[in-house]
Amino acid sequence: MTTIVTENCKSCRFTDCVTVCPVACFHYDDEMLYIDPDVCIDCSACIPECPVQAIYEGDDIPEDQEKWIEINAEKAPDLPVCEEQMDPLPGAEERKSELGF
Amino acid sequence: MSTLGTEQDPLLVAIVGSGPSGFYAAEALIKSDIAVKVDVLERLPSPFGLVRSGVAPDHQKLKQAIKLYEKIAASPEFNLIANVTVGTDITVKDLCESHHAVIFTCGAESDRKLGVPGEDLIGSHTATEFVGWYNGHPDYRDREFDLSHDVAVIIGQGNVAADVSRILSKTVDELKQTDIAEHALDTLAESKIKEIHVIGRRGPAQAKLTPKELREFGELADCSPVVLSEDMILNPESEKELEEKSNVASKKIYDLFCEFSKREIDSSKTKKCFFSFLMGPKELVGNSRLEKVVLEKNGLSGEPFKQSARGTGETIELESGILFRSIGYRGVPIEGVPFHENWGTIPNEKGRVTDNDNNVVSQFYTAGWIKRGPSGIIGTNRACSVETVGCLLEDITKLDDGSKKSGAAAIYTILDSKNIRHVNYAEWKKIDAKEIERGEPKGKPREKYTYIDEMLSVTD
Repeated sequence: MTTIVTENCKSCRFTDCVTVCPVACFHYDDEMLYIDPDVCIDCSACIPECPVQAIYEGDDIPEDQEKWIEINAEKAPDLPVCEEQMDPLPGAEERKSELGF
Repeated sequence: MSTLGTEQDPLLVAIVGSGPSGFYAAEALIKSDIAVKVDVLERLPSPFGLVRSGVAPDHQKLKQAIKLYEKIAASPEFNLIANVTVGTDITVKDLCESHHAVIFTCGAESDRKLGVPGEDLIGSHTATEFVGWYNGHPDYRDREFDLSHDVAVIIGQGNVAADVSRILSKTVDELKQTDIAEHALDTLAESKIKEIHVIGRRGPAQAKLTPKELREFGELADCSPVVLSEDMILNPESEKELEEKSNVASKKIYDLFCEFSKREIDSSKTKKCFFSFLMGPKELVGNSRLEKVVLEKNGLSGEPFKQSARGTGETIELESGILFRSIGYRGVPIEGVPFHENWGTIPNEKGRVTDNDNNVVSQFYTAGWIKRGPSGIIGTNRACSVETVGCLLEDITKLDDGSKKSGAAAIYTILDSKNIRHVNYAEWKKIDAKEIERGEPKGKPREKYTYIDEMLSVTD
């Protein structure tokens, strides 16, 4: 059981999720956020916060997004923690409407 | 010019309540770029509020939020003053004199009532009592729950209702390696309950639990979830609600209920957990003890997302000897602090406490359930506390009234003069270590102390 950030976060990085993370388990790079599975407590508070529904919990991960389980686990620990909301990436709003949200 | 917030003149803040919102408020203050000293007051000898005594024992992963609170508590700016009740052991006025600001994060400790005849019959309980009891909260240690009946009824379909129903649905083997209190495990081991009825006043599209909580009912060792397929037929308004892309959680919940409704009931399992919709309690009937629950069928009216349930007059009866209500929580007023009777919260604007005329009350702030009502999960309180602390820090120049504040020292003087035994964080860590040690032989993460005297004896 794990909670992950997937494809839709790429080029958006809205970071609404980090404001409700009880354990500060989100990390970031220039493209998107990642969840550190060793820190995340699977509370699912972040899931409804994402404006592009990029976050899934274990039993709900669509098959075509399963690769993100490994990517989150690998990338998160070495990247800086995102504890406070940041500005979305440039073009995030356009990407959001492209994604149909 | 004010020097408040500098190393020589740190901002002194008292936080009332050491649950998640108290800790997140402390964290936000400590991480701010001004110098602070934070004193967190707690009524019990143990900190962490509902993470310790609300989060269900079989949700150990969620309880790991405590790891972060332990890091916050390790900051030199943080001080815990536990086993102290604000309002009796120390007054709010005392805190205003000793500190520049007070943040009330004392949660919602009381339950909303059903408001139906028979509510006070023996066997009619609040979810709070039961949750506190199985989690070893000293306030509820000696409550008695008669689980010798076949049928239990839970009124409400939120996460707390789900917790209560799941604990009743599980086997002892599913619970014995959690940190459930020993007295509760012993009573649950003797439980005769075969049917658990979870009653929602609205439909399956409006149930307010998280998909994750609901999914667990499909994975129980000796209990089948039961949902009637005819209950899955939605009115057009509810269908509209589920079509809304942002309402994805409700769609997931509905889909899970549908999945349950299509399942064949596993006859090898002893217990059944029924989810019933569009019903509300009309009367609890019995001769001193609860014997049956009269439920009234409801209809929905109103636009999508604003649908409310109304009784249709049609009733059904359910023979049951034990009922738990879980239809919402209310805060408890503190003397000297404004309180909104209808909402059961402290009135506020973004965390700044306001009086009855909507004027901001200086020095007073609030966060968590007592600020916004009992909604959201642990992490929701982080954003809530950050907002409050943001306002407090904006007000810093107003908080400096020129008088010298002595912070914790002043509080200790008052407590000592009254011979009140207070507990600090290092003493709590002793209790914590002992609890973990007690759990080890049983394969439990901890065996909690459930009486305050026991906790205090460990610290001596």
